[in-house]
Amino acid sequence: MSLVLNFWLRVTSLFSGFGEQFRAMNKWQRYSAYGLGVVALYLLPYWPDVPVLGQIVNTPGSQFETVLNDQVVIFVLIALGLNVVVGIAGLLDLGYVGFYAVGAYVTAILTSAHGNLPWLLALPIAVVISMLFGVILGTPTLRLRGDYLAIVTLGFGEIIRLTAKNMDWLGASRGISNIKKPPSMFGLKFGVLDAKPYFYLGLTMVFIVIFILHRLEYSRVGRAWVAIREDEDAAELMGVNTFKFKLWAFTIGAGIGGLAGVHYAGKVGFINPDNFPLQLSILFLAAVVLGGSGNMYGAILGGILVAYMPERLRNFSDKRILVFGIVLVLMMVFRPEGILPKRVGNEHKKRRAKSQEGEVAS
Amino acid sequence: MPDWLIIRTFWELTVTGLALGSIYALVALGYTLVYGVLRLINFAHSEIFMVGTFGALLASSQFLSIPLLEDGNYPYRTGMTLIIFLVFIMLIAMLFSGIGAVVLERVAYRPLRGNGDAFGAVVLAFLTAFIVSLVFVDQAKINVIIALLATTPISYAYLRFFKQGRKAPRLAFLISAIGASTAISEAVGVWSKHGRDQYQTPRLLEKKTLFTMFGTDVRIDYAIVIVGALLMMIALTLFVNKTRLGRGVRAVAQDAETSRILGVNVDLIIIVTFALGGVMAGGAAMLFTLVYDQTRFNIGFILGVKSFTAAVLGGIGNLKGALLGGLLLGLVENYGSAIFGGQWKDVIAFVVLLVVLMFRPTGLLGESLGKARV
Repeated sequence: MSLVLNFWLRVTSLFSGFGEQFRAMNKWQRYSAYGLGVVALYLLPYWPDVPVLGQIVNTPGSQFETVLNDQVVIFVLIALGLNVVVGIAGLLDLGYVGFYAVGAYVTAILTSAHGNLPWLLALPIAVVISMLFGVILGTPTLRLRGDYLAIVTLGFGEIIRLTAKNMDWLGASRGISNIKKPPSMFGLKFGVLDAKPYFYLGLTMVFIVIFILHRLEYSRVGRAWVAIREDEDAAELMGVNTFKFKLWAFTIGAGIGGLAGVHYAGKVGFINPDNFPLQLSILFLAAVVLGGSGNMYGAILGGILVAYMPERLRNFSDKRILVFGIVLVLMMVFRPEGILPKRVGNEHKKRRAKSQEGEVAS
Repeated sequence: MPDWLIIRTFWELTVTGLALGSIYALVALGYTLVYGVLRLINFAHSEIFMVGTFGALLASSQFLSIPLLEDGNYPYRTGMTLIIFLVFIMLIAMLFSGIGAVVLERVAYRPLRGNGDAFGAVVLAFLTAFIVSLVFVDQAKINVIIALLATTPISYAYLRFFKQGRKAPRLAFLISAIGASTAISEAVGVWSKHGRDQYQTPRLLEKKTLFTMFGTDVRIDYAIVIVGALLMMIALTLFVNKTRLGRGVRAVAQDAETSRILGVNVDLIIIVTFALGGVMAGGAAMLFTLVYDQTRFNIGFILGVKSFTAAVLGGIGNLKGALLGGLLLGLVENYGSAIFGGQWKDVIAFVVLLVVLMFRPTGLLGESLGKARV
């Protein structure tokens, strides 16, 4: 038994060593590593052309760039936004698809159905309106406790979808077509067939969102969110205005969901209510928790996996959703904190382990 | 639509609303029981209901070998035969759902509570082996067996030595539930005889008017649904309040740790809770097929969401709340869709939930499975 445990500890320490080594590098080494990573990501659409690697990553049955943009980038954006709400602030949101739909629909209305704005101008408006929806949903419901919040948000997602489906002004079940594409910039043409420009645009959005969230997470606001997640009453007692910060988390999450919606609408050019089913909300949540809720990079990894795996596994065609369900159960049983667990907990553990060692030594 | 229409059809809407509401209420009981005991939204409960409908289908079309049509007519039965058949179908549906719920608990939830056992390990190993066989090979069956032999000890050892006593975070339970829900419904969609198509269930009961009330014909199937649901709920309440196991359920709902110290077998009680919820869902499933004569692999999802809404509406963790919430939801949906049009049905249900929770944040009757009054 102890032999097995010892072995296990060694294996895990092998993996946790990477982060330490990375942090131990000097500034320039670290920056150049980041730079290489970013370049590799922007070259992602060309990965299938690389000999061995291409065999592994390429998706059978669907075009790799399209998968990258329509699935992976969208899911990563959404996982980032939902991670703020669920992972960092600890608010269980099962209706996140609602904000995604609001973003997409506002873009569609402004650029095609009831307006003629360019996509670039619709983008900020759609994000702000999504955030407004976050406030509208959050104000009455954020006073509710965890599980009640879950069902209310779930209801919200359905209300948005059904409203879009039943109102002629919103295109009813026909949906809205001819949504404007993003304008050509930096020599990139946003056409119909080539998904690469959209991928570059989406990836840039992801980097901007990561930057903003990184700043937020380590600011006063981020600390307040973590305090609320860990113990809401204690946070309130320490003078954190919990309602205000919960509403902020909700609003920022909604804004990022809306952004993903804008990007989606701009790419496909046509949306209808069936693009935003309830099941999608659940997939989003699965992405965040699978990757590691509370850890931004975990959420990104989860988003990539949830979006990419079903496409990669197209070989087993109709069994892929079944496999996805089973994988979720297995992951939760064998690694319940997600693939990359949140870092705060680890630091606590390390500190506790150190202090215990100290006690033993003294 | 002018609102005098609802007055004309008020009683008819009431009867159908109560029938639909009774089914919601029965399924809601499963959510409420599990939530009361484990503080867990059992997302996969909707699929337990779905399994029940397939149990009812198997019972009538396979075990009793009743065809969909006999000489171009529905295979109506009368008298004692009908009653025995219906009871038999209901028992089989309950059996399917009950077993499904217990297996679900052992596989998807118990290992997360840090209490995984050999049964869960074998099933988890089987699932792992299944995926491995899909990824790497074509001859799935042989390889599943080989992989199963290899992975079972690993999975068992893992649950036993590394996860024992480690409780997973709450979100992990929810995701596990979602995964199980997806897996169950997809498994039925992939491996049942007609896959994802709709299944018709044999119509044993001639749906004629039983009696007339307030100028409205009350059809016999609606009457059976309402009365049957009420009887099952009374039986459940008696079980929870009067029996030894029921006392255990209430004790664990109040305080799991303390009841463990005082000698309650908490794991057994949790299994009983899941079984009770499953049996109620099975009953609901049979009543559902009685009214609608059909089922499908994804039939549980929306109904499950609605039933969970009903449970929250009444006050989750509260048996009476589930009944009240279910009936209320059924009625509100029916009246609402008569006034605003059927396509707004779900919107109305959720808006009512929002409004109720704004004024009573723990539902109409509050949470109380553990309290003295159940």
